[in-house]
Amino acid sequence: MAPSDQSVDPVLAVEDLTVRIATRRGPAHVVNGVSWSVGAGETLAVVGESGSGKSVSVLSLLGLVPRPPATVTGTATFDGQDLIALPEEALQKVRGPGIGMVFQDPMTSLNPVLTVGRQLTEGMEVHLGYDRGRAQERAVELLDLVGIPSPRERLRAYPHHLSGGMRQRVMIAIALSCDPTVLVADEATTALDVTIQAQIVELIGDLQRELGMAVVWITHDLGVVAGIADRVAVMYAGRIVEEAAVDALYASPQHPYTRGLLASLPVLGAAGGRRSDLAVIPGLPPDPVHLPPGCPFHPRCPVRGDARCADQVPPLRPVGATAGIPHRVATFYDPDATADPARIEDGSP
Amino acid sequence: MTSTADETAGMGSAPVEAGTVAAPDDTAGLRGLLRVVVRNRLAAVAVVVLALFVVVAVLGERLAPYGRNEVSSEDKLQAPSLDHLFGTDQLGRDVFSRVLIGAEPSLRVGLVAVSIALVGGVVFGLVAGFYRGWIDDLIMRVMDVLFAFPAILLAIAILAIRGRGSTNAMIAIGIVYTPIFARVTRASVLSVREEVFVRAARSIGAGDLRIMARHVLPNVAAPVIVQTSVSLAFAILSEAALSFIGLGTQPPEPSWGRMLADGRGFIQDAWWIAVFPGLAIFAVVFSFNVLGDALRDALDPRQRSAIESASAGQ
Amino acid sequence: MIRYLLRRVGQAVIVLWGVSIAVFSIMHLVPGDPVRLALGTRFNQETYDALVARAGLDDPIVVQYVNWLGNALTGDLGVSFRSGRPVTELILERLPATMSLAFGAIVVALLIALPLGLVSALRPRSAVDYVATFISQAGISIPDFWLAIVAILLFSLTLGWMPSSGYVALTEDPVEWARHLVLPSVVVGTVSGAILTRFVRSSALEALGQDYTRTARAKGLPQRVVINRHVLRNALVPVITVTGIQLAYLLSGVVVVEVVFAWQGLGQLALQAVETRDYPLLQGAVLLFALFFLVVNLVVDLLYALVDPRIAHR
Repeated sequence: MAPSDQSVDPVLAVEDLTVRIATRRGPAHVVNGVSWSVGAGETLAVVGESGSGKSVSVLSLLGLVPRPPATVTGTATFDGQDLIALPEEALQKVRGPGIGMVFQDPMTSLNPVLTVGRQLTEGMEVHLGYDRGRAQERAVELLDLVGIPSPRERLRAYPHHLSGGMRQRVMIAIALSCDPTVLVADEATTALDVTIQAQIVELIGDLQRELGMAVVWITHDLGVVAGIADRVAVMYAGRIVEEAAVDALYASPQHPYTRGLLASLPVLGAAGGRRSDLAVIPGLPPDPVHLPPGCPFHPRCPVRGDARCADQVPPLRPVGATAGIPHRVATFYDPDATADPARIEDGSP
Repeated sequence: MTSTADETAGMGSAPVEAGTVAAPDDTAGLRGLLRVVVRNRLAAVAVVVLALFVVVAVLGERLAPYGRNEVSSEDKLQAPSLDHLFGTDQLGRDVFSRVLIGAEPSLRVGLVAVSIALVGGVVFGLVAGFYRGWIDDLIMRVMDVLFAFPAILLAIAILAIRGRGSTNAMIAIGIVYTPIFARVTRASVLSVREEVFVRAARSIGAGDLRIMARHVLPNVAAPVIVQTSVSLAFAILSEAALSFIGLGTQPPEPSWGRMLADGRGFIQDAWWIAVFPGLAIFAVVFSFNVLGDALRDALDPRQRSAIESASAGQ
Repeated sequence: MIRYLLRRVGQAVIVLWGVSIAVFSIMHLVPGDPVRLALGTRFNQETYDALVARAGLDDPIVVQYVNWLGNALTGDLGVSFRSGRPVTELILERLPATMSLAFGAIVVALLIALPLGLVSALRPRSAVDYVATFISQAGISIPDFWLAIVAILLFSLTLGWMPSSGYVALTEDPVEWARHLVLPSVVVGTVSGAILTRFVRSSALEALGQDYTRTARAKGLPQRVVINRHVLRNALVPVITVTGIQLAYLLSGVVVVEVVFAWQGLGQLALQAVETRDYPLLQGAVLLFALFFLVVNLVVDLLYALVDPRIAHR
């Protein structure tokens, strides 16, 4: 799979990534041939439900998925190097100055026995060679940048002194502390209240505009995606089933799974005033240890428009483009042509 | 041997996405226990040892090749041989037979003591956890007071009052281990108490006793069962210690602890007199602890293990 | 923080009061006349009267309690029925021996547990890990008095490396003090070490699996820094608690080992008191033990609160 053609040069390009994790019940195929790329100033959203492999696909790039029991193949080109082939010491130099990560739960992602200041300065001391004083000054700047009031006093605070939203801002500051080229937000808003979520999303958007880094948002929340992404990749059972520019995805989703996801968003006053039930995709995602042959969505798919769906994995094929960003979908058929209007509850006009 | 929580050790909680889908927790419940025992060879060995222990304790006299006090002046202090598997002691008695016969007091004292602790502790824990308020405070303070004494010392103090002997040892050990059962029970009750179904039962007017029996007790069962196995281990160890210092099982009743005390004087010339009973104690106690850990993995992984209990001085 | 301190101390005081009542009752729960029992065949009306008067046994029980408690608070624990000497004096004589053993054992325990537990956690399922796990489970099951006997047999009587018994005061002869301390410390320390190993291991494993460890790695910090600064600090906190509890237990509970090593410590003193029905001595010793236990536990809790800023914040 070639990385998508786009108007921006990719700073991080993942190609044919697979991650297999050995478990008691057999090998789990968590990520199966995923490719994407992201360029400076661009925001890519990787969307999927729990178990889709979206987090693992990114964590494995930074060597944060222990191997063994994981086996990672494919290439991830960053700054002229293949991250997957890099040994641990070299990867350590990429984590932080190259790629910064913001994790899901700020409550547990910060070390409870170290001050906020310490957790901010240690990266800079290691990577940028700052001494303690200079690192602290920079830390104050960073806290200010992410919108934390009284930043200097906050250096001495412990994580439990701060609210959830504040802690997440600190996490963002930490991720930015070594001026990374790419910022990865792994479910960064999931553990927060809705209003705080909006703030964080906006913050990252602002920071991106100011600092020009590439941003990869990993999330299951389509609402977040609509707000900030330029491009979206939808993952299911370890594969990308659709990728497009954000507007194109919302306007004309092509994959039955994407349509199901979008249809399941509750919309106030939908469908002409008729109170309808929430549309739900019946069934559960497949067990990564026992993936079905063929298209992974096939067992739950309301369309099943091609005989090959059951035994062959459909490749991503282009179905259009928006402003130079291709729209690709992994089906053998054209969903609109085979759609049964009574079966797909399609919220789009 | 290592708990299931150790699977993803090393680098953070990332890869468990794979497990969130259909995999059932295959170490839960009684079926899980069998699976754990089968998979965990050490646990299987422990079960075998314990079964042997119970059989020997029940059948002791009949299994032993020699009588419990069969003295023989020519055969004094003989090293282990085919005739005398564990050798003979200073009175010519067969050590192997005495070890077999000594199983019974250990099992008996252990069982009775733990039964006392279990009944007492569970009742106290249920009442304390269920009713809360001043009764909870009162009961738990009393338990705290008992906890404030190291086990052996408390047992010794109780025996100082009541006098020595295996019956009093049972009572003493039973009292010593009551608080831990009370705490474990109370913790379970507290965690279940606020559950919706308990409140629902209350709201339709079910009596307290009925709620306790039908809803609360089953939840309490798992940690209590685990605690029972662990406490049996320590009870047997305690009985041996008390017998060793002369406060527990009294002669002429054979008891492993006593045999150790007797053998101590002859350790240089006839090490077998003391070593074999000690090995027996070790084997049984070890098996109970291993079983307790296996039970915990199967029934209630959240509870603290035998070792964690031991590290709290219980 | 202060509030937490006060609350904990308050709790401890209440429990201590309960303990004092329990200890006080030892003498008074004995069926029969304690003084007569203590004198036994050496009964002599004069001595009897003198002891009764000194112990205040004529007064109503509540008065006795208040007097006893009041005296205890000023350091007067009564007079031994056996020797006529002040209990406090007898106890103070024996204290250094017990403390030496307790601290020696903890040192050995930590020397075993810290490296073994940490390496185990860093390399789960390796050979080291399995050995460490086995040692832990075996360690809590081994009767310490048996281990003592075996150790004496091996290292003292057979190999002649260590003296087989006795305590030599540090002030008398530091070298001999150390020499005599080695074997008992190793015996007791091995058992404690087994407990601690498992604890260090599980604590370290838990810290390694935490999200903050993942964050630390994601920052590109070298492994060494991640372990030392992020993991250890969190992992050692519960270890401190357990070590403290172990220490508390060791200060009070190694009665039986003291017997085996003829170690002139408090435990042995308490046992003698039981055997000679020397109730004031027994009461004094038990009270002190419980006090140690409570105080050390309290100090550990407070230290914990200091080290882990979250606790005090609640």
